[in-house]
Formats: sequence, structure tokens, C-alpha cells
Amino acid sequence: MSARSTQAYAGAHGDPNRLGHGEGPSISELGPAPKRIIVGYGFWIFLLSDFIMFAAFFAGYAVLVGETAGGPSGRELFDLRFVAGETALLLLSSFTCGMATIGAAARSQWWFQIAMAWTALLGAGFLGMELWEFAHLIGEGAGPDRSAFLSSFFALVGLHGLHVLAGLLWLLTMMAQVLAKGFREDIQRRILCWALFWHALDIIWIALFTVVYLFGARA
Amino acid sequence: MAEHSREAAEWSPITGKLAWNSIPWEEPIPLIAAAAVGSVLFGTLIWVWRAGYVPYLWREWITSVDHKRIGIMYCIFALVMLIRGFSDAVLMRTHQDLMYNNGGYLPAEHYDQIFTAHGVIMIFFVAMPFLTGLMNFAVPLQLGVRDVAFPTLNNVSFWLTASGALLVNISLVVGEFAKTGWVVYPPLSELRFSPGVGVDYYLWALQIAGVGTLLAGVNLVTTILKMRAPGMGYTRMPMFCWTSLAANLLIVAAFPILTATMAMLLLDRYLDFHFFTNELGGNAMMFVNLVWAWGHPEVYILVLPVFGIFSEVVSTFSSKPLFGYRSMIVATMVICVLSFMVWLHHFFTMGAGADVNGVFGVTTMIIAVPTGVKVFNWLFTMFRGRIRFTTPMLYSIGFVVTFVIGGASGVLLAIPPVDFVLHNTLFLVAHFHNIVIPAVLFGLFAGYTYWFPKAFGFKLDERWGKRAFWCWIIGFYIAFMPLYVLGLMGMQRRMSAHYVKAWEPWLIVASVGSAIIALGIAAMAVQLYVSIRNRAALRDDTGDPWDGRTLEWMTTSPPPSYNFAVLPDVSHEEAYWSLKEGAREKKRLSDRPDYEPIEMPRNSPTGFITAFFTTVLGFAAVWHIWWLVILGVLGAWATFTIFAWRDHHEFEIPADEVERLDRERREAKAQLLGIPKEATA
Repeated sequence: MSARSTQAYAGAHGDPNRLGHGEGPSISELGPAPKRIIVGYGFWIFLLSDFIMFAAFFAGYAVLVGETAGGPSGRELFDLRFVAGETALLLLSSFTCGMATIGAAARSQWWFQIAMAWTALLGAGFLGMELWEFAHLIGEGAGPDRSAFLSSFFALVGLHGLHVLAGLLWLLTMMAQVLAKGFREDIQRRILCWALFWHALDIIWIALFTVVYLFGARA
Repeated sequence: MAEHSREAAEWSPITGKLAWNSIPWEEPIPLIAAAAVGSVLFGTLIWVWRAGYVPYLWREWITSVDHKRIGIMYCIFALVMLIRGFSDAVLMRTHQDLMYNNGGYLPAEHYDQIFTAHGVIMIFFVAMPFLTGLMNFAVPLQLGVRDVAFPTLNNVSFWLTASGALLVNISLVVGEFAKTGWVVYPPLSELRFSPGVGVDYYLWALQIAGVGTLLAGVNLVTTILKMRAPGMGYTRMPMFCWTSLAANLLIVAAFPILTATMAMLLLDRYLDFHFFTNELGGNAMMFVNLVWAWGHPEVYILVLPVFGIFSEVVSTFSSKPLFGYRSMIVATMVICVLSFMVWLHHFFTMGAGADVNGVFGVTTMIIAVPTGVKVFNWLFTMFRGRIRFTTPMLYSIGFVVTFVIGGASGVLLAIPPVDFVLHNTLFLVAHFHNIVIPAVLFGLFAGYTYWFPKAFGFKLDERWGKRAFWCWIIGFYIAFMPLYVLGLMGMQRRMSAHYVKAWEPWLIVASVGSAIIALGIAAMAVQLYVSIRNRAALRDDTGDPWDGRTLEWMTTSPPPSYNFAVLPDVSHEEAYWSLKEGAREKKRLSDRPDYEPIEMPRNSPTGFITAFFTTVLGFAAVWHIWWLVILGVLGAWATFTIFAWRDHHEFEIPADEVERLDRERREAKAQLLGIPKEATA
């Protein structure tokens, strides 16, 4: 990246996107963006693609939700209080994730590690509850092989769970990396991406909680 | 029956379903083909090893994160797979010649695998990687930057694509490939009706290659939107960059749907889910909807970048700016959006009802409008231009003519009542080959010939290039026009036996056409050989052999790893052309810049090692070898973690080295533009 474009970005600090069409060349003509912006932007594009994958599973669920094939429906299976507990754990983990981001910005090893550890615990708690729910349903004979409705339910919720699992693995790797290498610039960018990922899982869970559990328990 | 013995294998915890009789010992064709390919491959490897090229290949190519090298590897890979896909086509054509009244020479179950493999290979492992290769090579150069946004990820994407292709080719020898057609419709593709491993090979190969494609899409979108030379606003981007942007946006938006759909089918097959089964509420029609919600945008993922290539080629060889540059951008983005609104025309006969079919028939016809805008833009670009009839230009003209015919048959099929008569016939097969061959393959060949001198520093032989073009276009017409007729006569696609005497002559004519196409492929091979032999005579020292208009022609051929010593300053739609004009007028080059050291990313074996583990993972999953699946996942994770632990990401190229190379470039440019030497300083 040329020195000129760094200056140009820094110069546009008050209104970095030139929404007010400030003086000078438009932002699209300033040359390559700084690395942090490129990485964050690219990761957002990836997250959007991930949302689309979830959208396909949501669509599948919407098509198959009535296809219970004589088996149980969501109304008989879902325990809203239990799922509310799950939701609370995941949302709290997003808060601690925000704390970890602040810790990373402050370059405080303690703050970062403690907030990350809490995030890991809350995430693992969420995942544990989800696994317990799955085991419980399968034990009751309401596994994914029972009906198309249950197939789409297990796939959608399970896909989110797999994402949480991947996020946890990534989280632990980041904790180890910060411990070993400190807050290097490239590691800061990875923390940014991980945090985006973790918050994105929250957004998806809110859609999932609404469409699957709230609608399902009522219908 | 081969099929029977292969299914009988018991599952063992060590080897899963894999057993000695998984290899189709009783089928000579795949075994002989695999033995031939295997010995060529093995021979090449031995030769490379003995000649001592392995360290060079490892250092400079396999682990390279240079977008140009990765692009070239994509293209070589696609050309090799083109031969594989084409041999499938030849088998099908010759089989259909001989099948009247006796069922041909291929067993039906082998024939079914061949037409499935042909489609899968041509779309996923020829068209897609060839395009990704050209985009990878040319887009950063045209944008005037040093690399893509994520160079190591770029290398990973390439090797994941190769990993998927490797799985498809392994299925030739170990087990079988899908016998369902290239979009594996359930319920046929469900475990109950396809109990073998063929569909599993298909699914895992596509999942792995699909991740590679998605990551390449994310990479190029980010590159185009966030990394352009100073001054290159959106309305100064070359057309190829615009169409690449549109195509990669479509990749990001459409490929996740494919991944999700294939995941659902995998769950059905592996864990007894019921997404698409006949029983317990499954809905096979949902698969058809989902797969085409990816599949139709996919068509535009393939043709949009190619439209960009044609735009560059037509403008360069007509020696004129592209006519209607801004209308071309609008047309591209309109196609990008509309491509998501027509998917239902792939299954008008499914029973969605007249209203729904009517709406999708109309949207399908609407998409022909922006496409028509493009055709007129190319024609007006040529109008009153000084046209040079080089090989890429011939491909472009051949494309315009042929593509219009294919488009017209497409509009015909967009009328639902007509589609009810013609669906699933050879008319459809003729239609989409009539689109894909001119609008994808011809464009790829044009791009290959156009950018070859940029990649290697010498031009391809024109004589053999033109011979290849004429074989391709004549062969295409002779091979596919009879299929329109056969479709109208009622011949279904994918038949392995028939009893209609009247079809026979048309089928034989089609085979003659495919033989002429084979000559075209041979001519391309000869062209490559002759060009390499005569490279001294074909050498281009100017970096600008075609009198180009975009920034890739500003740097040397081949470009240095960092592309540009100093990022170019863009002030015009045709960045390089305006610089050349300015220099010619003022009789001097731009001022000598201050050179600074350049930091470039270090190479990394991450992609290659990851692809090794994903291949293991895919193979193990196909054969239900669970311990090996776990090992594959852990291996891939460990590879990434080790990469993330790396301390030095970049190396520095000293300023005087940059200056030395750029001085040579400036001297060559001065000579090209007729500027006296002293004015270069």
C-alpha cells in the first residue's frame, strides 16, 4: 500500500466514508484500503455467505415444518423455558465477547483472557444444553429420522451448534495465540474476525429462536 | 453384476465399506483409461523428479501465493480436465452412434456415470477453474495493485478445487461415480435408489471444491471493492473487473445454497434424515428448487466474466474504446440481480401451475434484454474500428454469432408450453451447449490467447490458433445443430439405447462434429508446443503486444512478483491508453518515480497440505472410514493453526532492485512509443 493512500485515509478521519462528499477525491479513488479494513470487509463478505447458507436451511425448515408424518410437532416438543435459558447464555457470551474486544484494544492480557474464558464457558454451556435437548428428543423417539419436520429442525439447529463449536475451537486457539505472541497486529485482526463471527452467531440464533421455537411452540 | 458385488462389502471399523472388490475389475474401459492416465502421470512425476525440478516446483508454484502463478495453475488444471471431460463426450457420442437396436457398447450403468461425470467435470472442473484462473491472473493487474486481498487463502482455494477434482477421478478406479445426472435429483440420488458410493463421491467432491470456490469469490470481491490503484473509481474500472465483480458477488450469494442443499442430501444419505425422501414427509421438489436457486446464478457466474473478456478483446483489437461502457456496467449488474429470479424455468413441468410458470417465463425473457444490450455494444465497438483479426478476435466474433442462436433457442424454451414439449429432450442439450460453448469456452480460449504473452513473455502461434478456432466453431455447429433436430424429433437426453432408425444419421453427423472438435483440441496442443519451440521469434519485450488499453499491459511480460514498481495513478476510463497517448504527445514518459522497497507475502505450503487432508477426509467419508475422517479434520485444523503461528509473513524487495527492473521496463516502453532514450531518465 502506498504512503499516499494511508495519508488519504487518515486525512478523511472525521468522515471516513465521505458521506458528506467532503473535499478531495472520492473514497473510491483513494487507492488500496489499509489491511485492517480489507480483512474486516472480506470477513463480512464471508459472513454474508454464511447467512445465505443458513437462509437455505431456514427455507427448508419453513417448507417442512408441517410435515410431521404423524409424529410430534414443535408444540409438543419445545420447552420454551429451557430454550430461553440457552438464549440467555448465548447472549451473555456476546457481552463477554465485547469485553474481550475491549481488552484486546487495551492490550490487557488479563482482561482479554478472563473475558475470553467467560465467553468460552457460556458458549460451552449453550452447546451443552443444546446437546442435552437433542439427546432428550432422540431418547423420546423424536430424532431426525422420525419425520421431515424433525430432520429440518435438527439440521438447522445443529448447523448453528456446529458453528458455535467451530467458534469455540477458534476462541481457544486465539486465547493460546495471544498468550504466546501477544497483541500483534495480525492477531488483532484475527480477534476482530472471531468477534464478528461470534456476534453473527447471535444474530442467527435470534432468528432461529423466533422462527423455530417461538412460532413452533405457539402453532 | 459389478454393482451387486460392490455393495455386498461389509463395513469394518478399519477400512469402512472399502474392499478389494470396490475396484471394478470386470470393467475394462475405466481400468484401461485409469492405467493409461496413471502411467502418464507417474511417468511425468518420475521425469520431474529425475530432472530435479521438484524443489523448483514446490518453491515457485505449489506453495506460491502470487496471484499470477495461482491463476496459471488454475488454467493448466482446467485444460487437463477439459481433456478428461471431452473424452467422456466422445464416449457418449460413439456409444449413441452404435446403440440403435442393440444398446451400444457401454454397459448402461457405466454410460450413466459417464454423462454425469461429463457435466460435473465440464462445469466444476473446467469452466469454473479456468475462469477463476483468468480472473486471478488479470484482475489485480487490471486494477493496478500488487496482489489479491488474501494471497494465502487464494492458494488454499486452488488446492481445494484440485482436491475435489482428485476425488472425482479416484472414483473412476475405486468404487463408482454417480449415475444420476449432474444435478443428482432425489429421490433417485437417495440411498434407497443409489445405494453405491457414486453419489457420495459427487457430494464430497462438490462440497470440498465448493469451499474453494466460495473462498475465491470472497477474495476477489474484496480485492475489487477494496484494492484499486489510486484514482481508479468504480467508473474507471476495466469491464473485465466489473463482470468479475458481478460473477464473484453471485458466487458469494449462490454457492452457499449449493453447499446447504448438498449437506441436506448428505444428511439424508448418511444419517437417515428425510429432507428429500419419498417417505415421512420429505419433499424431493424442494431439492429441485434449491439446486436451481444455485444453478441458474451459476450460469451467469460462468458467462459474466467471459462477457468481460470479450469486451476487452473486442475493444483492444478494434482499436477503439468499448462502446457504451456505462450501459455495459448497468447491463452486467442487471443480469447479476435478475439471474436470481428465473430459476423455475429449469422445471416448468414440475407442476407449479400456469401463473407461476408464466411469471418465470417472462422474467426469463426479460434477462435477454440486458444481454442484447451487450451484444449491440460489442457490435458498435467493432463498427468503424480498425479490426485486427487475431485468434482472440475470431473467437469473439464466432461467439457473437453462435451465442445469438443459442440465446434465441433459450427464449423459445422460456415459453412454458413449448418447454412442455421440448423439456428433457436433446433440444435442451443442444440449447445449453449452444450457450456454454461459445459464451464460456470460446471466451476462455480468447482470454487464454490474449493474456498468454502477459503470463509468459511470448505470444502463441497465430496459425495454429486460427486452425484450432476453425475446427472448434465448425465442429460445434456440426456436433450440436443435429441435436436440435433430434430434440424436435422427440429424442430424450441421456438415452443409452433406442429403436428409431430415423435418428441414426443425425447422431452420426453429431459424432463427426465431435471429431472435428477433437481436431481443434489437438490443434491447441500443437499450438502450445510450436509456440514454446519458437518462443524466441514470438517473444514480446514491450509488455504490450496487442497495443492494449488496460493497466496489465503497462508492466513487463511476465510481470515481476509485485506487478508494479509504483502503483499507477489512474485518471481515465482507459488507464493505460490515456498514459500512452499522453507520452506520445509530450514525447516523454512520466517522471521517474521515487522507488521504495516493496513488501510481498511469503509463500506457504498451507493450501497444499490442507488439500491433502481434505482429500483424505472426502475419501474416508465416502467409504465410511470414520477414524480417518476425524484425522482429516484434525489435520486441516492443525495446518491452519501452524500457519497462524508463523512470525514472518512478508519479505522485502529492496528499492534498488525495484529501480533496476523498472528502468528496463521504461526503456522498452520508450522504444515502443518512439520516444528518444534520453527522455526516459
